[in-house]
Amino acid sequence: MAILDAKIPKGPIKDKWTTYKDKINLVNPANKRNIDIIVVGTGLAGGSAAATLAELGYNVKAFAYQDSPRRAHSIAAQGGINAAKNYQGDGDSNYRLFYDTVKGGDYRSREANVYRLAEVSGNIIDQCVAQGVPFARDYGGLLDNRSFGGVLVSRTFYAKGQTGQQLLLGAYSAMNRQIARGKIDMFNRHEMLDVVKIDGKARGIIARNLITGEIERHSAHAVVIATGGYGNVYFLSTNAMGSNATAAWKIHKKGAFFANPCFTQIHPTCIPRSGDYQSKLTLMSESLRNDGRIWVPARIEDAKAIQQGQLKPTEIAEENRDYYLERRYPAFGNLVPRDVASRAAKERCDAGFGVNATGEAVYLDFASAILRYGKEQAKIHGISDASEAKIIELGKGIIEEKYGNLFQMYEKIIAENPYETPMMIYPATHYTMGGVWVDYNLMTTVPGLYCIGEANFSDHGANRLGASALMQGLADGYFVLPYTIGDYLSNDIRTGAIPTDTPEFDEVEKEVKTRLDFFVNNKGTKSVDYFHKKLGKVMWDKVGMARNEKNLKEAIAEIKQIREDFWKDIKVPGGLNEMNVELEKAGRVADFLELGELFALDALNRNESCGGHFREESVETEGPQKGEALRDDTNYKYVAAWEYKGEPSEAVLHKEELEFNDIELKTRSYK
Amino acid sequence: MMNLTLRIWRQKDSNSKGRMVDYKVTDISEHMSFLEMMDVLNEQLVNSGEEPVAFDHDCREGICGMCSLYINGEAHGPDRAITTCQLHMRSFKDGDTITIEPWRATAFPVIKDLIVDRMALERIQHAGGFISVNTSGNTQDANSLPISKINADEAMDAAACIGCGACVATCKNASAMLFVGAKVSQYALLPQGQVEAKERVLNMVAQMDKEGFGNCTNTGACEVECPKGISLENIARMNREYLKASILSK
Repeated sequence: MAILDAKIPKGPIKDKWTTYKDKINLVNPANKRNIDIIVVGTGLAGGSAAATLAELGYNVKAFAYQDSPRRAHSIAAQGGINAAKNYQGDGDSNYRLFYDTVKGGDYRSREANVYRLAEVSGNIIDQCVAQGVPFARDYGGLLDNRSFGGVLVSRTFYAKGQTGQQLLLGAYSAMNRQIARGKIDMFNRHEMLDVVKIDGKARGIIARNLITGEIERHSAHAVVIATGGYGNVYFLSTNAMGSNATAAWKIHKKGAFFANPCFTQIHPTCIPRSGDYQSKLTLMSESLRNDGRIWVPARIEDAKAIQQGQLKPTEIAEENRDYYLERRYPAFGNLVPRDVASRAAKERCDAGFGVNATGEAVYLDFASAILRYGKEQAKIHGISDASEAKIIELGKGIIEEKYGNLFQMYEKIIAENPYETPMMIYPATHYTMGGVWVDYNLMTTVPGLYCIGEANFSDHGANRLGASALMQGLADGYFVLPYTIGDYLSNDIRTGAIPTDTPEFDEVEKEVKTRLDFFVNNKGTKSVDYFHKKLGKVMWDKVGMARNEKNLKEAIAEIKQIREDFWKDIKVPGGLNEMNVELEKAGRVADFLELGELFALDALNRNESCGGHFREESVETEGPQKGEALRDDTNYKYVAAWEYKGEPSEAVLHKEELEFNDIELKTRSYK
Repeated sequence: MMNLTLRIWRQKDSNSKGRMVDYKVTDISEHMSFLEMMDVLNEQLVNSGEEPVAFDHDCREGICGMCSLYINGEAHGPDRAITTCQLHMRSFKDGDTITIEPWRATAFPVIKDLIVDRMALERIQHAGGFISVNTSGNTQDANSLPISKINADEAMDAAACIGCGACVATCKNASAMLFVGAKVSQYALLPQGQVEAKERVLNMVAQMDKEGFGNCTNTGACEVECPKGISLENIARMNREYLKASILSK
């Protein structure tokens, strides 16, 4: 078990990062010019890392499967980014952000990493503003904040409903400056298909040029994986269509441990599914829960009438509405953390109170916020006898200013006006807290191989708080990795360029080519999507919001079967040496078919309920928390890091015991 | 449920000649997005052993800027203020023939079928789409420099550009002025952008011209087709910045 050393620096938590930075080895500027780093993925983590490493003087090769780094899925993050600036003077501090994140993660994250995250959070905002990121401001010209789920302060910075876009464009602009200087060599429309190790160290990758189909060798002194999460294992998720786990899974198969795959976030506010043709689900930012109230009909007959299209939500009287989050969790109300809100929605819908024709939706209602803002505006504008129509008009103006683009997005998809009738929402897979295991340096169990952003496991424990993904991606890329990787690379200053004409590269390239050859020559009868949808259904039904031993065992057997069928019957039209979208998808789904099984295995192993992982066997049976998730700190206070051994089911479990010295372990209550 | 005829541009690669090919799709729900309808067609093609139609797409929620498509002669199709992935089949009716082409512009060569190469836009960004500030953790506090809400909001409106290229595709001159104007404006409106304002606008415009984009003749088609409603005012602002930079002495 010595292999799982998290390398957490000694000393008080407040000093760890500072002391660490003071003591690490540095690479002098002249030597940086002789060191190459590969960064795979150009979202917030990869983009910010690539730009910063290039600024420092390293030679960076960056890879993206899209036609530009600006299109990585970080761009779709809507609501905001957390930072412990305490600009609102509401009692925020690094410690409080650290505390909220550890508690929100249900005490399954590593204290030292999270504290460091909180510590650098303020720098991120400073850096982004310096880059020209147009954050929302108040009339005094200072930065505005909003509040997100699971916290009691306003620490979320935002740029309308497009915060991810603006932050990514900031990182992208920093990359562009380095591309222009020749310090970043940008490989758009390229996909990493495997990692190459030499003497146990990561020294390069094999990538496919997605336009020509050419298989390329790229070498470097270190490799950074920043390829995001694996939510598309469910087929339907809020991820982009191309979001995939291939890079993360490939490095897992080459020795990087994979941690806590069962910790997956099902986001409570997404637009509900409408039919079998559905290709993805669309998120409605959590920021909407600042002003929207969530409810379902209190009477089952009303719910039935709505499902059959005989009743409209606006026709249900106030007393016949069940604002179930406000009822169950009076302290946090509609702003409970995501996992709690999602399960509560599922509970109501399973009990038959869901709306929409499918019965799988709840309402998110802005009527009372429109009135509240309208009255406030009437006062500000000195309208003393404002009519209700005027109040509503004024209120709608404020709601439009805050959430206009989200409302427009909703209306485009559902063809209903959310200013007039409540939105319908339902939980959907959104983010994966689990991922590649990394130590304090963000290095995987393979030397020289790093993993940052959503692709790693470290900061969010079993549940991520809203507006923390952007924070972590940029913290890793701008402020953490550039230090930690230098410590490793200081031993490589005499290595010289890594040649690619070596047996190690030959071997991995051959593996990659063999697999691609197989796909185009198999001539089976079923498309890639056929298998992906089958996998997704098993994952959602049996490894979704609520899990139990029986279902998980079935899921493992079923996924194995789908995988066998896939390799027998997959059909990929087109050739190798050309753009071939089906071929790209085939490789990604092949990896999801293995990852899905490990995911279910991990969920089966963890017989406790914590964060996004809910085991039906583990709930509070009495007291005020009756029916709520029951965490088991005696048996499961560890990170489950899995080592690949040939088949997902044969993976070996390594435990990183979590120590909580600065936060007292408590039952997570939002009552 | 709708039955449709799709007339689609097929082109094997950048060196091959392309042509329009007709396909039929049946039982299309009005709730489907346009790209989900394309998925149905492609599943049909794969199952019959044909190569599916290649088209760019990714986030499918109107923000990544990956999807394109010229649908019935309009960039991103008939609806306004959306990308193709946000277009829904309720905008069409049973029996329609829908013509689907790639973006058309000299600066956007076709890669395959409906996918074009937008690297020209990237190179314009490399020429000046940034503020030269290193990551250090020592930049001044974010609130030390107040910025008027009006300027911040206008900068945000300009920064909302998703770089899809619809403005170029829809312009009769294949001009990229709205795209470039949006980036120039974002920085021109913020104090952080002032130091390099002159070099930025000169370099970006020079690169734009070099890439073979046409000039602006103020028809305003770009603003109409822009999925993010980027205003023509950004072109005017860029022209002012350009003029200022050109005539002022060093």
